[in-house]
Amino acid sequence: MNNHILSHLPYKSSFRFVDNIISLNEDEVIGEYTLKPDSFFYEDHFAGNPVTPGVIVTEIMAQIGLVVFGIFLVLKELDLKFLENDSLFPLLTSTDVSFHKMVLPGQKVTVVSKKQYFRFGKLKCYIEMTDSSKEIVAKGTFSGVIKEIHK
Amino acid sequence: MTRQEILDELKKVIAPYTTNKELLAGITEDTDLIKDLKINSANLVDIIIDAEAKYEIEIDYDSADKMINVGTCLDVIGAKINERG
Repeated sequence: MNNHILSHLPYKSSFRFVDNIISLNEDEVIGEYTLKPDSFFYEDHFAGNPVTPGVIVTEIMAQIGLVVFGIFLVLKELDLKFLENDSLFPLLTSTDVSFHKMVLPGQKVTVVSKKQYFRFGKLKCYIEMTDSSKEIVAKGTFSGVIKEIHK
Repeated sequence: MTRQEILDELKKVIAPYTTNKELLAGITEDTDLIKDLKINSANLVDIIIDAEAKYEIEIDYDSADKMINVGTCLDVIGAKINERG
């Protein structure tokens, strides 16, 4: 039911980091992603010793915690025709993240994002990522907007 | 609250969002928040929310749209303070 939001995500396969939305409401979103062992970044990060880059951990948190959440809120509150307007893009405006554990290829992570506010088109959230043993992988504050970009 | 008093408080509201403390100390009515103070445009939303708490006002979408430079911020905040009486 919640996963219909995923069809609105503007990413293609190698940069889409959301598998499943477990719950979604006006205050909170919970989603999951399993790191694919054949993802492009493992070949070089690090050579012979694949570890998920911090920027990818951050991206997973942002896609679930801000983009999925933001699209849900925009569709609900503003009734914007997100699907029909291909010049609307979600943009990250700030992050403040700390990393606590490594994420290895094949691991499944869970992202919980709690809304701090959604005003004037800006969504600010506190987001935590945990691994399958429920330990904190990363946590922090994220903000983003949905912006119209004319090419 | 006089315009000067609003300005003195506004400087404190803006301070966390700009790294240019010298420019902030010397701001005028014409100082543009984004171009001059180099504030990230999304942080304008935080400034508006912090200003609401500071002055005990509510800023609507249309008013927020006008808050581009220090002078227009003072206009909006001053008007909202008067509205609440």
